[in-house]
Amino acid sequence: MSEAPPILEMRGIEKHFGPVVALAGVSFDIRPGECHCLLGDNGAGKSTFIKTMSGVHRPSRGEILFEGRPLRFSSPRDAMEAGIATVFQDLAMIPLMSVTRNFWMGREPQKRFGPLKLFHRAHAEAVVAEQMREMGINLRQADQAVGTLSGGERQTVAIARAVYFGAKVLILDEPTSALGVRQTSHVLATIDRVRARGVGVVFITHNARHALAVGDRFTVLNRGRTLGTARKGEVTITELQDLMAGGGEMADMSALGEGAL
Amino acid sequence: MSAPIAAAKIDDERLKQVSWLRQALVRPELGAICGAILVFVFFLMVAGDSGMFAPQGIRNWTLVSAQFAILAAGACLLMIAGEFDLSVGSMIGFAGVVIAILSVQWGWPVWAAILSAFAVCLFIGAVNGFLVIRTGLPSFIVTLAFLYILRGLTIWLSVATTRQTIIGGVGQAAEGDWLAPVFGGIAFRGLFQWMGDQGWIATFTRGARMGQPVVEGIPALVFWALGLILFAHVLLTRTRFGNWIFASGGDAEAARKVGVPVSRVKILMFMFSAFCACVFAACQVMEFGSAAADRGLLKEFEAIICVVIGGALLTGGYGSVIGAALGALIFGVVQQGLFFANAESSLFRVFLGVILLMAVIMNTIIRRMITGER
Repeated sequence: MSEAPPILEMRGIEKHFGPVVALAGVSFDIRPGECHCLLGDNGAGKSTFIKTMSGVHRPSRGEILFEGRPLRFSSPRDAMEAGIATVFQDLAMIPLMSVTRNFWMGREPQKRFGPLKLFHRAHAEAVVAEQMREMGINLRQADQAVGTLSGGERQTVAIARAVYFGAKVLILDEPTSALGVRQTSHVLATIDRVRARGVGVVFITHNARHALAVGDRFTVLNRGRTLGTARKGEVTITELQDLMAGGGEMADMSALGEGAL
Repeated sequence: MSAPIAAAKIDDERLKQVSWLRQALVRPELGAICGAILVFVFFLMVAGDSGMFAPQGIRNWTLVSAQFAILAAGACLLMIAGEFDLSVGSMIGFAGVVIAILSVQWGWPVWAAILSAFAVCLFIGAVNGFLVIRTGLPSFIVTLAFLYILRGLTIWLSVATTRQTIIGGVGQAAEGDWLAPVFGGIAFRGLFQWMGDQGWIATFTRGARMGQPVVEGIPALVFWALGLILFAHVLLTRTRFGNWIFASGGDAEAARKVGVPVSRVKILMFMFSAFCACVFAACQVMEFGSAAADRGLLKEFEAIICVVIGGALLTGGYGSVIGAALGALIFGVVQQGLFFANAESSLFRVFLGVILLMAVIMNTIIRRMITGER
């Protein structure tokens, strides 16, 4: 599947904020139906890179190819309309509102009722029930509040929402960082399901173990540069961690940490 | 990848079965429904033979409840959208004086005066909303400023044009006007006369109104209350815009991220709140035939209390128009009921404080149940 041409390709991206060079040459691509993990320690430039990919920042140098054509996003909305969806850490979900209301928020389906346009609740609830079932979440009732879901389930609802509304590329910003073991496996299973539908998943994380559990390819970002891309099976946890740490000093530590991880 | 999938599925066995009671509890209206039943049972026992549930008595507390309900409809949607409007009471006084000055002092037709008052109120509502959005200040402060600004302007306008704080003569000016009955009229007079003739409702036995029923019909105010409640309820629960109201109050940032026009929603809700205040003012001016600069005092708080009794959260994002309407009913019935029960009327405020406290505590508990926070 990874022989298909990339949906989104970023070549030699640089981003400068005044004198600060946040990205100093990043190359990254994502193909349909694969999970490409972007690993990096805090401060490596992950956030800047995500924001560049999702249209929040414009790159200072380098080019972005979307389905083979050069593209310049002028706003996050452009990127969203092209099919690049980002699920940020805060998820953009409202705990007090039902799963259905959250899922459709901003894009509510409507039906005509005489001169009025009403929220098409039956349709909305049916779609959500169906989507949730596919993602392995059994809702107790259609108006169950998002606040009653676990962290992993919330993440899954946010992912399902992005995919349902036509995401071709799904950028997940640290989706497992705040989760426990079981919740993490739930999210990883969701990533697997989404990939199976042909969506290209960009999985951003600093946890090499989570990345290896689900990723097809791995790119490490360090001090604003990509240090090359490895395929599944070509790289070990230790190697990934060394690359993230930027070489030597972590190698000794990881020998200590190996057992603990 | 099969292992994590299997792991995800067995999650369910750890979900506790939710009892029907718990499910019912998370409906925002529940507290208000129980409260309303309780209040009615209480006054049927305490004041059942005092005339409180005779036609005149019913009319009495229905009118008071309807007044509260009109304001509560606006305050409810605004609170769910995450904002307050403390200028409602002053807006009532202001709108009334605007109607009276334009129609009596300036000699405008009453319909033009009423429509102008609506235009001015909607504009002030929009200014309230715009300032809150633009400055990012809490609406509490912005509308508190307007509470004073509008009250001051109202008294100044009234005194500057008429040297009094009460402007009469609107009644005469409104005679024959096409719009005035929409606010001050009484419907179903014929039906009530007929019911009086049938002996179903009492009639006056002496004086100028001999033979007329003690309740002559249903005042326009009641229809406004029912109409605004229905409108607000349908808007909130059955439309796309309603979802945006919930979203704007629940988490404005999250809502903006998925494309909800939060600023527009909030400004429109400030305008709706102002619209409700103006309806209240117009009904009152048409009923009394006069405007007074001190009308509407403390109404902003009473509206908020109705909404909170109705189960809405002060922090926004959760609530119900039906609940707020029941809150208004409880409010009206208790206020008038204490009078019928010959209780000391100052006790009403004690009751109000206590029930407000209880409602807020209960709402907080319910919120924890919904969001699962501890």
